[in-house]
Amino acid sequence: MSKQSELIAEISGVNPLKCMKCGKCSASCPSFNEMDIKPHQFVSYIQRDDIEALTASKSLYKCLSCFACVERCPRGVKPGKLIDAARQLVLRQRGQEYLSPDEVPALLDEETPQQLLMSAFRKYRR
Amino acid sequence: MQKIGVFVCHCGSNIAATVDVKKVAKMALKEPGVCHAEDYPYMCSEAGQSRIAAAIAEKGLTGIVVCSCSPRMHEATFRKAAERCGLNPYMVEIANLREHCSWIHKDMEEATEKAVILMRAAVAKVHLNTPLQAGESAVTKRALVIGGGIAGIQTAIDIADAGYKVDIVEKTPSIGGRMSQLDKTFPTLDCSACILTPKMVEAAAHENITIHTYSEVEKVSGFVGNFTVDIRKKARMVDMTKCTGCGVCQEKCPSRKTANEFNRGLNTRSAIYTPFAQAIPNVPVIDTESCIKFKTGKCGVCAAVCQAGAIDYKQQDEIITETYGAIVVATGFDTIKLDKYGEYAYGQSKDVITSLELERIMNAAGPTKGHLERLSDGKAPKEIVFIQCVGSRCSDDRGKPYCSKICCMYTAKHAMLIRDKYPDVNVTVFYIDVRTPGKNFDEFYRRAVEDYGVNYVKGQVGKVAPQPDGSLLVQGVDLLDNKQILKKADMVVLATAIEPNPDARKIATMLTASIDTNNFLTEAHPKLRPVESPTAGVFLSGVCQGPKDIPETVAQAGAAAVKVIGLLAKDKLKTNPCTAQADELLCNGCSTCANVCPYGAITYEVRLVNDHGIREERRVASVNSALCQGCGACTVACPSGAMDLQGFSNRQIIAEVDAICR
Ligand SMILES: Cc1cc2nc3c(=O)[nH]c(=O)nc-3n(C[C@H](O)[C@H](O)[C@H](O)COP(=O)(O)OP(=O)(O)OC[C@H]3O[C@@H](n4cnc5c(N)ncnc54)[C@H](O)[C@@H]3O)c2cc1C
Ligand code: SF4
Ligand code: SF4
Ligand code: SF4
Ligand code: SF4
Repeated sequence: MSKQSELIAEISGVNPLKCMKCGKCSASCPSFNEMDIKPHQFVSYIQRDDIEALTASKSLYKCLSCFACVERCPRGVKPGKLIDAARQLVLRQRGQEYLSPDEVPALLDEETPQQLLMSAFRKYRR
Repeated sequence: MQKIGVFVCHCGSNIAATVDVKKVAKMALKEPGVCHAEDYPYMCSEAGQSRIAAAIAEKGLTGIVVCSCSPRMHEATFRKAAERCGLNPYMVEIANLREHCSWIHKDMEEATEKAVILMRAAVAKVHLNTPLQAGESAVTKRALVIGGGIAGIQTAIDIADAGYKVDIVEKTPSIGGRMSQLDKTFPTLDCSACILTPKMVEAAAHENITIHTYSEVEKVSGFVGNFTVDIRKKARMVDMTKCTGCGVCQEKCPSRKTANEFNRGLNTRSAIYTPFAQAIPNVPVIDTESCIKFKTGKCGVCAAVCQAGAIDYKQQDEIITETYGAIVVATGFDTIKLDKYGEYAYGQSKDVITSLELERIMNAAGPTKGHLERLSDGKAPKEIVFIQCVGSRCSDDRGKPYCSKICCMYTAKHAMLIRDKYPDVNVTVFYIDVRTPGKNFDEFYRRAVEDYGVNYVKGQVGKVAPQPDGSLLVQGVDLLDNKQILKKADMVVLATAIEPNPDARKIATMLTASIDTNNFLTEAHPKLRPVESPTAGVFLSGVCQGPKDIPETVAQAGAAAVKVIGLLAKDKLKTNPCTAQADELLCNGCSTCANVCPYGAITYEVRLVNDHGIREERRVASVNSALCQGCGACTVACPSGAMDLQGFSNRQIIAEVDAICR
């Protein structure tokens, strides 16, 4: 495993080897048609260490972070978290911060799950 | 001082590749009392055993240690070998150099060091071994089968044919199990009832078989050869000896709104009912929760119409007690609940059904009289989607981690039967893998594709969304095309995972039989003893042991019967002499041991005790050695160290620990 895959595994807490290639994640994904690499393929890309292609993929920004795939995956693989982690790799590479943590409390909405906020920050700043 | 021989086995290369067997033998000679040590490639072989015999004769050995595989494998072999040479079999100890050493270590030096220590511990124990004599117990020549599905029926018939008495205890009002709910059966598509009913009749008519339906096992005590079982015969409210099975009561009963279990709740039944037309016995039961007479005191229609005068509202549950030599568990399975699978809309739409519900819909005696129709509006479906592996192969907490094994085949069956009878209906199957090993099984599935035009799509369904127009929008994926599919369907069938009958855990606890994390009963050995439970005298038949189809179930049922017959054919069984004994001088009568004994082997008696000259009456523990299984729970629980296990005495265990720590 390359350093980058290890990093993805660490950030996401996901073990891609648990995937049984059933495709339920891709069957659940509302952005499937927008993606060049499909949710079930994220897992295979990481399994075979092709992180470059994954981080260059537009899928990272097409994922809605709805976590339907995370919810429904029968093997607890959580492909949505893998995309989340890959996205973070890209962010870390460039080291750009548009929002300082101090500004967050003012933006918080009680009703919104924090997980979703985090994902949205990462995605829509580009 | 004992004269001890040590025999180190290579087990081919299983032990010798990781453990320096010559060194173990050499080190053995340094142990006190060891006057013979040797190594040999296969100690369990004829040649190996004769080397042991020769050493016993030549050196006059009084005890032996065999350093080999697990005692579960060959302890009996070596004990018999010793017995043939006139040595008491309980003077044999096994040092497990395979499972406990060579198989789990890689480094030869370390493994050898551990092997020497294990050998040393066994030698230390033999020094304290004493000859033990096995007792004898009689065998009750009658078997009990719990569960009257095809597994239980077949096991009972096979035992009965061999000339032994068998009782079947079935919880529901009729025997037959799940198979009675099926329409046609793969791989030959014969009608399920046509092949099952004759077996049910055969069991009912057999002079050696007694069937207790609407009954449950309430309590089990005793041990192999001598189980005592309490069976609760639930009150049917119908006199079995008078009822003629005419069925008038069921026709006239005004309470008709109870969900029909046999049809999986797809329609309703009367309060007095037989589950299905071919039920055995063909005697109804009154479901007192639905019966108007029981709820309000008024009604009594069934008693009024019954020409035979069989209705008896005063009937009470009856407990019968019977003794058995062997018990077979055949409690079968159910499909899992789908409430955690909201994405499939089961429960939201009547047109999303399980495969077992489809069996009832296709069956001529089912809720739609065998017409394939939507349960929401009675319309004929044109587009049907099957989803495989629903709740199977799930490592999350929603489903089951195993493959249910039967669904790939029964879905191919369903798809084919539908395409055959309704050629204008399109059938799509979403699958992860098609698993069809078995004689003529893959050919069967290929027929569905090649001859019946069933559309198999490799990929799962993510969501089933009921639409305002009554249709179902299925969102799935075709992984080979890498395309998402949106498909309008009229009906969705879920190949729902199966799980052991929820009663399995209760039954296993009563029998002290092992059960796995999925509630399947555990076999004594997964390869070599697949139909026996680790608990002596308890056998396994059918799906209660693991997912299987009818041919496999019947084969296993026969195998379980053979094991039972083998047991019942014996007049006497040797009992294990390694049982517990209480030292009356140390026992303070606290009852701790009786509370932990899983076999109920310990009682208390007031005895006159002579404690170093003081004579007094004391309440002391007493072990029934026929019931004691030698588990040792009491010996560790006893606060005063009064309990000791013969063959595993506290002194022997401490000697082993000392030898290990030396
Ligand atoms: C939808 C579907 C379709 C299938 N189609 C096929 C097919 O086409 N061909 C094929 O070969 N196989 C098929 N099968 C598999 C088949 O149903 C099983 O292999 C078979 O029924 C197993 O029999 P069994 O006796 O082990 O279990 P069961 O049939 O479940 O019988 C167990 C019996 O034990 C009773 N019981 C449970 N607990 C207790 C208790 N505590 N006390 C007393 N009694 C108790 C139950 O009431 C039941 O009568 C299908 C299964 C399903 C779900
Ligand atoms: S749903 Fe889970 S197991 Fe199935 S393909 Fe996607 S990640 Fe793999
Ligand atoms: S009416 Fe009487 S005889 Fe007929 S089925 Fe009912 S109980 Fe039996
Ligand atoms: S007494 Fe109960 S079972 Fe009998 S007819 Fe009335 S409701 Fe039905
Ligand atoms: S038998 Fe087929 S449908 Fe059933 S769990 Fe196994 S793979 Fe899935």
